[in-house]
Amino acid sequence: MLAYFTLILACQLIGELVITTLDLPLPGPVVGMIILFLFLTFRGTVPDSLAAVSDALLNNLSLLFVPAGVGIMVHFELLGEDAWPLSVALVASTLLTIAVTAVLMVLLNKHTARKATSNQGKA
Amino acid sequence: MQEFKDIWVYLSATPLLHLTLTLMAFISASMLYKKARMNPLLNPVLISVVAIVAILYATQTNYETYFEGAQFVHFLLGPATVALAIPLYRQFNRVRKSALAIMVSLISGAITGSTSAILIAWFLGAQPVSIISLAPKSVTAPVAMGISEQLGGLPSLTAVLVILTGIAGATLGPLILDILRIRDWSARGMAIGTASHGIGTARALQVNELAGAFSGLAMGLNALATAILLPLIWKLLS
Repeated sequence: MLAYFTLILACQLIGELVITTLDLPLPGPVVGMIILFLFLTFRGTVPDSLAAVSDALLNNLSLLFVPAGVGIMVHFELLGEDAWPLSVALVASTLLTIAVTAVLMVLLNKHTARKATSNQGKA
Repeated sequence: MQEFKDIWVYLSATPLLHLTLTLMAFISASMLYKKARMNPLLNPVLISVVAIVAILYATQTNYETYFEGAQFVHFLLGPATVALAIPLYRQFNRVRKSALAIMVSLISGAITGSTSAILIAWFLGAQPVSIISLAPKSVTAPVAMGISEQLGGLPSLTAVLVILTGIAGATLGPLILDILRIRDWSARGMAIGTASHGIGTARALQVNELAGAFSGLAMGLNALATAILLPLIWKLLS
C-alpha cells in the first residue's frame, strides 16, 4: 500500500520535472497520469494494492476540490462590475460545450460502429 | 466564557480545526446529496463550499488560516489526478475504439468552450481583461491560470471562474445531457470532462467508471488542446 502510494507520488514528481524541463503547457499531475498509465501498460495488470490506493483517492475526489473552492471568498470582489456578464457567459458556454462534445461523440461513435458492422459483413 | 474563548483561540490556531471542518462539511453535504437521490443540483462540492464560506464569515476567519488546515486535503489533488490512470487503463479498450470520435469531439469542445465564452461575455459588455480571464475556464486550474497570464488576463480571477465552471458543469451538465437524451456513458464522460475538468470528472466517476475514465482523459487532453488553440482563437477574435 505504502509502496504504491509512493509510486503515485513519484509519477507526479517525474511529471513536474518533465514539464519544467520541457516547458510544456500541462500540469505535472496530468503528465504523472500518463507515466502511471505507461507503467500499467508495461505491467499488463493493475496490482490490487495500487487499486486500493487509487480507489481511496478517487472515491473522494470531490472532497479534494473543496479547499480551492472556498478560495472563491478571497477573490469574489474580482468579479466586480463584470459579475453578471461573466456568470451568464460561464454557465451558457459550459452547457453549450457539454452539448456539442456529447452530441459529436454520440454521432461519431455510431458512425464507427456502423462501419465496423459493414466491414464484418464484407468479411 | 473566558475559558471558551481561550479554547477557541487555541483551536483556531491549529490546522486540526479547519481540516476537521472541511471533512465534516463534506460528509454532511454527501449525506444530503444521497438523501436527495443524488440530485445534481445538490452537488457536494457546491454545498460544502457555501457552508464553509458562511462559517468562516461568521467566525471572522480569513482564508489563509482556513487553508493551513485544508492544505492537507488540497495536496491530495495531485496524487488523485495521477491515479486517474487506473480507470483509464481499465477502460482502455473502449477508449481505443473511440479514438477518432474522441479527437474530433474534444477539439470541437475545446473551441466551443473558449469561443462561446469570449463571444457571450463580449456581447454582454464585459471588459477585455475579464473576457480573457474567462476564456480558459474549462481547463484544469494550473493550466488555465498559465494561459490567462500569457494572454494578459488575471490568473486569480481565472482560478475563481475555473472552480465556478467545474461546479456549473457538475450540477447542470447531467441535466442538459438528460434533456438531449445522451445515454452513452463515454459521450457523457467526454462532455463533462471537456467542459468542467476535475470537478466534473469527480462527479462522472461517482456515477460510472466508463464515464469517469473518458472524463479524466478529456480533462488532460483539453488542457493541452486549449493551451495550444486559445492563443490562436484570441488573436483571431481580437
